[in-house]
Amino acid sequence: MFEHYLSLFIRAVFVENMALAFFLGMCTFIAVSKKVETSFGLGVAVIVVLLITVPVNNLILHNLLSEGALAWTGVEALQKLDLRFLGLLSYIGVIAAMVQILEMVLDKYVPALYNALGIFLPLITVNCAILGASLFMVERDYSFTESVVYGGGAGVGWALAIVLLAGIREKLKYSDVPDGLKGLGITFIVVGLMSLGFMSFSGVQL
Amino acid sequence: MAEVAKPKDLLFRPILDNNPIALQIIGICSALAVTTNLNTTLTMCIALTVVVTFSNLFVSLIRNQIPGSIRIIVQMTIIASLVIVVDQFLRAYAYDVSKQLSVFVGLIITNCIVMGRAEAFAMKNPPVPSLLDGFGNGLGYSFVLLLVGFARELLGSGSLFGVTIMEKVTEGGWYVPNGMMLLPPSAFFLIGFLIWAIRAAKTEQVEEDQFKITSNSRVSDAF
Repeated sequence: MFEHYLSLFIRAVFVENMALAFFLGMCTFIAVSKKVETSFGLGVAVIVVLLITVPVNNLILHNLLSEGALAWTGVEALQKLDLRFLGLLSYIGVIAAMVQILEMVLDKYVPALYNALGIFLPLITVNCAILGASLFMVERDYSFTESVVYGGGAGVGWALAIVLLAGIREKLKYSDVPDGLKGLGITFIVVGLMSLGFMSFSGVQL
Repeated sequence: MAEVAKPKDLLFRPILDNNPIALQIIGICSALAVTTNLNTTLTMCIALTVVVTFSNLFVSLIRNQIPGSIRIIVQMTIIASLVIVVDQFLRAYAYDVSKQLSVFVGLIITNCIVMGRAEAFAMKNPPVPSLLDGFGNGLGYSFVLLLVGFARELLGSGSLFGVTIMEKVTEGGWYVPNGMMLLPPSAFFLIGFLIWAIRAAKTEQVEEDQFKITSNSRVSDAF
């Protein structure tokens, strides 16, 4: 049992890396990776939000949306209702709400962390990696525990990728790059090379 | 708005001069994974263009009724509803393609182009220019995606839209397919080179150096 979860975690971090294999969260990935410090902050925020939203969306899917899930209400009309088409709307709603609540909780109880994360928390709502993880969870039909592990793994993978890229970009700004490639262009090439590196993890099986 | 932009500018500027992907770095998220063949690429482009056009239109129509403090949620709801319509439509009429696109249709919701145009343009402009702006940005996105999709499918599997152009060695032809083109890294390289090409042509888009390198420290000058 434990091995199954470990394998799921490793797969989510390395083999199916959110940023480098699925291109998710690319906008923030490229825009916020200029400094290691800030990208580390963002990475932590993504891990926290993913750890919360993927399991919550899992609960919503299994208890409210999927076919026959509303049977617990006991109402005849709701027995066979299939609300899965409302999925997208509910997931994004949950994510937006969760981020908002997390922001308020952190502000009240852990102001140090709140200040460190700063503007990144609200930005996370529109980070594709968050919604992407929830959608993958739905597509692959994860159970509740699996969704916790997967959420954590996907977050760690994304954070790892952005911190690595920031490290490279900090050195990159001292180098002599052809004019047209400066900034955005060379960043894409670097991400491509990193993605190539991460491909060597494919086939890792525990 | 002080200056009224011409409809033609609204429609065509996002394609080369102000391309959402190549210059503004937005909307790359859900895009690259679908470019391994042109069928899915084209479907994705049409889906995104439809969503961004209509979300701009609807947001612009009710822009004076939306209270400032909850505007993001309102925009999100409009976009999510449009994406659900597109998703259901694809499932009904193009099930295979919809399966291949998997989660990426849903990810149009968080595509920064849609959100960004709603927030930056549709909230401040009347419906018709907003509609054009949305369509133009959809075209700009499609332009980059189709180019990448073209290169990846042609070099990766020797075909276009599933029709064989260059006969593969495995099927008795002459072309040895470049397997890397079907893998994620190639999409990054292609976009990187595309940006290089656009910026070589339009030098005003070149980014400033963060640090100036003194002229005699270049390798070529050292010898």
